[in-house]
Amino acid sequence: MEEKIIIAGFGGQGVLSLGQFIAYAAIADGKEVTWLPSYGPEMRGGTSNCSVVVSDKQVASPIVARPDCLIAMNKPSLYKFVNRVKPGGTIIVNSSLIPDKVEREDVKVVYIDAQEMALEAGNARTANIVVLGAYMGISKLFPVGTIKKTIEDKFASKPKVIPANLKAFDIGYASASE
Amino acid sequence: MKKLMKGNEAVAEAAIRGGCRAFFGYPITPQNEIPEYLSRRLPEVGGVFIQAESEVSAINMVYGAAGSGVRAMTSSSSPGISLKQEGISYICGAELPCVIVNMVRGGPGLGGIQPAQSDYFQAVKGGGHGDYHMLVYGPHTVQEAVDIMYDAFDKADEYRLPVMILGDGMIGQIMEAVELPEMKDPASFPKKPWACDGKGVGKDRRIINSLYIEPDALEEVNHRLFDRYELLKERETRYEEYMTEDAETVIVAYGTVARIAKSAVNELRARGRKVGLFRPITLYPYPEKALNDVAKEASVRRFVTIELSMGQMVEDVRLAVNGLKPVEFFGRTGGNVMTPDDIVAYIEKE
Repeated sequence: MEEKIIIAGFGGQGVLSLGQFIAYAAIADGKEVTWLPSYGPEMRGGTSNCSVVVSDKQVASPIVARPDCLIAMNKPSLYKFVNRVKPGGTIIVNSSLIPDKVEREDVKVVYIDAQEMALEAGNARTANIVVLGAYMGISKLFPVGTIKKTIEDKFASKPKVIPANLKAFDIGYASASE
Repeated sequence: MKKLMKGNEAVAEAAIRGGCRAFFGYPITPQNEIPEYLSRRLPEVGGVFIQAESEVSAINMVYGAAGSGVRAMTSSSSPGISLKQEGISYICGAELPCVIVNMVRGGPGLGGIQPAQSDYFQAVKGGGHGDYHMLVYGPHTVQEAVDIMYDAFDKADEYRLPVMILGDGMIGQIMEAVELPEMKDPASFPKKPWACDGKGVGKDRRIINSLYIEPDALEEVNHRLFDRYELLKERETRYEEYMTEDAETVIVAYGTVARIAKSAVNELRARGRKVGLFRPITLYPYPEKALNDVAKEASVRRFVTIELSMGQMVEDVRLAVNGLKPVEFFGRTGGNVMTPDDIVAYIEKE
């Protein structure tokens, strides 16, 4: 298997860390992975994205031209990458910030009201984890236990935020797996 | 147990495990995680970290520390490496070991901060003045960068010259799983009877110098350096061949571009095209003979050199191929990076 993902949004939405959660879970699951961020003049409010490649074999190109999955956290990101998604691929749209509907018919599109679900989880800053949950619900890329363990490990220094993040993951997962 | 690490941080940790006990640098994107990491880590192992007031100071601090026998390094990115060239030439003239990391960004001038390979000439042909070379590596994965960094000080000590790791913004910023090697024991490192470590006195005094006023003396130094480069060619040349056996088109690429090319080779093979990849790992010494051998293969029709530059390594490819087969060039610059699809399209359009 090889899964190529582009995650994009504006700085401060946690798009880079969303990608890192996938990368850490991939390692825990015994897979090969590359995580390549856009870097440079990004700042809070500016655009930001990362490419993640998960594979059974050593990853050759970390540059993703045609992703299997696009996670778009804001409108400019959706329009920047929408036409690059492989036919048959998946687009996850953060509908809290993107009112538009994707016009492609050859991809699976899932709309996630990440902001609302994050509030439901009890922490407005868990929107990226909601989307991570949704992506896992759709892709079943890793066992749920593996990715939840990753979330616990990564927030080990801030144990207070772990329950809300786990809840956010569950809400996102459930919303996309039905 | 494999660990997910950013390229810059992994290189920094590998430096410590390879014996680095002194770092001098000045911040510049996209390599800042190296000094950031070492500023925290070096004091833990009894080492020294100094953020110098400029790149010029930093390289001269490396010169001084290396002269005292300690394993010293610096890191920077293109404009910063240009500033270090005078010091690098002096270090080569004084025959001192050290390690220099260049996470290349676009140029000339301040250029940009995105990945590039446009410092190839500077790294392998001598960016400073005088007749000299460094041992230059172009790693293509974080693991390879770690493995090269881990042994870089051993090579530098053995040949008494600077080792340069020529990365790019991508290899610095990417996160991959790495297996970190064991910490080397500094007590096991070979002694340095030439080092100014306070031991030589009187007529046995030790002098670190790169000034030779007598032409005969300087000529002797130049010959000594070049005898050493001949040894490098014999013993240290490294490269990888990927699917070149029956290839009609052979791509030549190094560093992260070689990985992008590898994906393109896989795609082209799946489409039934006989394409392979020749990947130099040492950029100086260049794997000239191995590449010439590939050019002699009857099946090979052409070479395509792919770089993040306007065409620099392509000159060494042409020297190695020596007219046996046509050598083409495909590149992106300015910090733009080609995709595997771009390479596939270039190869297929012939």
